[in-house]
This record gives sequence, C-alpha cells and structure tokens, in this order.
Amino acid sequence: MSLLPYIFRRILQLIPTLVFILVVVFVLVRLLPGDPASALIGDRALDADVQRINHELGLDQPLPVQFLYFLKQVATGDLGNSLSLKAPVIDIVAQRLPVTILLTTMAAVIALLFAVPLAFLAALRQDGVVDTVIRGVFQVGLSMPVFYLGLVLLTVLAAGLHWFPVGGYGETFPDRVYHLFLPALTLALSLAAVLMRNLRSAIIGVLGAEYVDFARAKGLKSRLILIRHVLRNALISTVTLFGLSVGTLLGGAVITETVFAVPGAGRLMIDSIYGRDYPMVQGLTLALAVLVSLTFLLTDIVQAWLDPRVAR
Amino acid sequence: MSALPSQALTPALSVRDLTTTFVTSAGRVTAVDNVGFDVFPGEVLGLVGESGSGKSVTLRSIMRLIHAPGVVGGSVLWQGRDLVTMPERELRRIRGAEIAMIFQEPMTALNPVLPVGLQIEENLKAHTPLDRAGRTKRALELMDLVGIPEARRRLSDYPHQFSGGMRQRAMIAISLASNPKLLLADEPTTALDVTIQDQILKLILELKRELGMSVVFVTHDLGVVAATCDRMAVMYAGRIVETGEVASVFAKPRHAYTRGLLGSVPRSGAERTMLLSIDGTPPSLAAIPPGCPFNPRCSFATEVCRTVVPPLDEVSPARLAACHHHDRVAAAGSPVA
Repeated sequence: MSLLPYIFRRILQLIPTLVFILVVVFVLVRLLPGDPASALIGDRALDADVQRINHELGLDQPLPVQFLYFLKQVATGDLGNSLSLKAPVIDIVAQRLPVTILLTTMAAVIALLFAVPLAFLAALRQDGVVDTVIRGVFQVGLSMPVFYLGLVLLTVLAAGLHWFPVGGYGETFPDRVYHLFLPALTLALSLAAVLMRNLRSAIIGVLGAEYVDFARAKGLKSRLILIRHVLRNALISTVTLFGLSVGTLLGGAVITETVFAVPGAGRLMIDSIYGRDYPMVQGLTLALAVLVSLTFLLTDIVQAWLDPRVAR
Repeated sequence: MSALPSQALTPALSVRDLTTTFVTSAGRVTAVDNVGFDVFPGEVLGLVGESGSGKSVTLRSIMRLIHAPGVVGGSVLWQGRDLVTMPERELRRIRGAEIAMIFQEPMTALNPVLPVGLQIEENLKAHTPLDRAGRTKRALELMDLVGIPEARRRLSDYPHQFSGGMRQRAMIAISLASNPKLLLADEPTTALDVTIQDQILKLILELKRELGMSVVFVTHDLGVVAATCDRMAVMYAGRIVETGEVASVFAKPRHAYTRGLLGSVPRSGAERTMLLSIDGTPPSLAAIPPGCPFNPRCSFATEVCRTVVPPLDEVSPARLAACHHHDRVAAAGSPVA
C-alpha cells in the first residue's frame, strides 16, 4: 500500500493550518502591551515622533488593512526589518532558526537514544530492580526544571570537568554539534523521561498481545520478535507523543539557549519580546509555528508508515 | 469416525502430568492439573470443555507460551524430546517448524502493522533454507492452498484488509508454512460466522490429510468434535475427566460432566424438547471443591464424590474416565444416542 495519496492529502490539510497560523500571529503581536514606537526611541519620545514612526510602520492603518499588508509581505518573503537589529527579519530568522533546529533535533535524537533501550530494559524486567531504578531516575529527571538541570550540567561537565564548552556556538558543523551537546542533553532528559515512560507501558501492553504469542509460536528469534513485532507496534503511540512534545521542546529551547548562551531563535525571541521588536517577534513566531506544523506532518507520515491502518 | 490409524502404536506427542499454575492475588491457581494424553500420528484429538476449563492453557503450555508468573511442570514429549525442559534455542526450531499453532481470533493473532505476505515469509525464513524469491513463491502457494483468491495482490495487504474468514485462512497459511507435523488449533472457528466455520473446518481436515499432520483441536463445540475429531478428551476445572474415541464417548458417556455436555447440544431432527443444561457454574480455579470438582453440579454425586478425587482410570477398552460412578453414568445412557 502506497503512502503517497495519504501524504498528499495531509499536505493539503496543511494549507488551512498555515492561514490560521498567519491570523493568530498577526493578532497576537498586536495584543502585546506597549507600542514599538516608544520602544524604539525610548520613554521620553515626543508624541509627534511616535505618530511619525507609527505611520512609517503602517501601524496607524485599520487592522484589516494591516493584515492584508502583512499577507502581501509574507507572500513575497519580506517579513519587514527588525527594529532593534536594523536588518531584514527573514535574514535573521534564516541565520538563527537553523541553530534551534539543530539543537532540538540533537535533543530529540539523544532523547530517543535514551528512551528506546531503557524502555525495553524496564519493560522486559517489569517491576524488577532495573525497572524500578530506571523509572526512579527518570522521575527525578522529569521533575527537575530545565534551567536548573542545565545549570547543574554546566557546572559539573563544562566548568568543572572541562569536557564541554560553557556556551556559544562553533564555526564548523562538528564543532557546532560539540558546542550544542550539553544544551541538547539538558533539553533531551525531560523528553526522554516522558517518552521512556510512555514507551515502557506501550511495550508491556504489546508483549501481552496475541500476535506476539503467535510470533513466538512461529519459532522466530526473540530479537526479531522484539524489534519487528513489539517495538514497531509500541512506537505508534510514542510517535504521537513525540510529535506533540516538539512544541514543548522548542519552548524548552528558549530557556536552554539563554542558559548556554546559544545564538538560536529561542533567545532571539526573548530579546525581541523585551525590545518590542514587532516584526521580529512576528517573523519568529511564524517560523516556529510553521516548523511545528511541519513536525506534525512528519509525525503523521511516520505514524502512517508504522501503522498502515492510519493511512486508510 | 474411523478407528485409530494403524501406525498409532507410538504417539507423536505424549503429554504427562502437565500442570500449569499461576500466582494471583487470590492465591496459587492451578489452571492445568496433572493433564496427560497422547496424540498419534495422523489423528485429530478434540480437547473439549467449557470456558475456563483449562483447554487453551493446556495448548499454550505444550508450546511453552505461558507468560510469567505462570509455571509449567510435567513433561511434553515430542518425538522423545521434552518440550518443557528443553533450551529456548532448541524449542525455537520446533515451534512453527514441527509443531504449529493457530489461535482463536485472527484479528488479534495477526500483527496489524505487517503485511500478510511478510508474516508468512518470516516463518519460512526461520525454518527453511529458501531464498527471498523462493519464499515469495512458497507464500503464494500457501495462499492458494488455503483458498485465498488473488494471492499475488494480497501478499502485500495488511490483516485489516482481509475479511474474518480470509484472516483465519491467512493464519492457517502462516502456521502451515513450514509443513508442521502437529497442528495445535485453539478454537479456530469460534470467532467466525457459521458458514465460514464450516469452510475452515473442512480446510483444516483437508490440509491434515494432504500434509499428514496430527491435530489437537481445542473447542467447546461438540458439533465440531463430532464432525472433525477421531478421539476426544473432556476437560473440567483444569483436569481431564474423560477420554475415548468420539463415537464411543457420544454413544455412552462415562462421566457425568460429559453426559451433561452432550445433553446441552441442540440437535436437528430430534423431538422438540427442552435442552438439558448443567446446573450451576464451573468452579473458580482458586476455589475448586474437595473431592470430584464436578460434584456440586452432579446428579450422580454421593458422599465419596465430595471427599475423594476420582482418578482417571481405564473404565473400558480405550476409555478413561475420572468418575466414581462411571457405571451408573454409562447405564443412564447417552442423551444423544
């Protein structure tokens, strides 16, 4: 059965989502307290100057007009200029977003590398010592705030043992991966805890399924049964959870990037919100929302690939 | 029904003292209690009983498919080797290759996320030297053999794209892929429509003849036993209470429970009378009554039945029964004769 028709349908469904994202982004930014003109020229701005700047930015127009203007901009790839960085938003996003994408991808991979084997270990020794220890350690990981965990790792592994840089971002790709390892690990641990718990119970459920007994009755090797029959079925629910967690992961990236001084989109977002950099916030929100939508798309495709009943 | 096949002198499968216990919150439960029977080459043995009588657990214990905390004791001799104690690695070469099993509910026994063709081929990969092309060819043959039309197209289909009957055929194709010598069938027709049931039964009997297999057929349906089995073993509360050739058991049951079961089967052509039912319900396995487990429901029961467990003894040639009053039961005659 080919997945292509399903993927095509799923991509079509992305269009209304994107329109909705545009509306929400536009409205949200205008609901932020304070106005950009004051932010731009300070508290002692003259009313006339504020009016002039508002006019230059088109902020004195009615909202529907502003929205149409916004749509036209987005369509042409022009997201305006950043008020604080004095450069096109699209260029800054193009520069900063890949950092965050690399960071969250690394975090996701690390989380999976932890979660899948440990979930198996725990599930196969259900309620045994290994299971209890794994679940206990991850319970602690889960209840620790990301920024605190980040600081602990930073103090021990970077400042103390000098295994990793304290912060920043490298020049070459391997160097970047090396720089991002600690922040990614920080980000990964709480996700790993969630995924591990979910996958563990999914595996326990699948191990009791009749098709696993049937696979045993066929004389298949245990490893083949675990990977082909158990893991694949157990992953179905975990993949959904994983997709939903990407939003949380991006939220966590905001904090992690601040703690580790990583020049990513998360930290830029914080700075722009404080600076009331409307075009920047708008552009970033848009980019992140599209990123999350694409992740959901990818999740759905992976899920349909794992479970052919989904793509009917 | 035919008599035992001539080569019946040495059993293919010999089950002795098979006992399966589970530790539950209600205490230690014995689901299969000292069960013993033989299966001869080429014969169909029916394992009959109500739900919870231990027939499915018996079948799974033979294949060592009991999950922890279940414990299996006793011996299951397959061509001289004991399946209960043999190492997992050795057992794996017997499972699916020499002894195959089909389950009651094909929807849950087939892996929902793998194409049916792959589920056939992985059996072939485990037990035959066939290469990829050879496996596909054999999978097609098997699909034809079990009567799945358009086999080539259906190899890549998933179980949910099959109808109930076709799914059960697919499961049979998977089980029989490596030409097993013994088929353990756990209520293979219970989940199917009556018309489909008949087709599947015929298919299993046909394949049994063609491949020269023995079959152990677990069922609660005496109609199925009459139509398919050579011999039968009746189970109650985890024990075998009566065994014998099907015709002779039907003609003259020698255990009150067997007699009760036979009386509860509706028959066409018979005078329209009330169906007999067995009073009461089977005991919980955690609270089996002392003496004969059937005594609280038994109209033949006397004082001895409430205190002494009746042994499974030979009561007439080729007939075993575990009943203190098998003579009185036999004298009462069969409700279906």
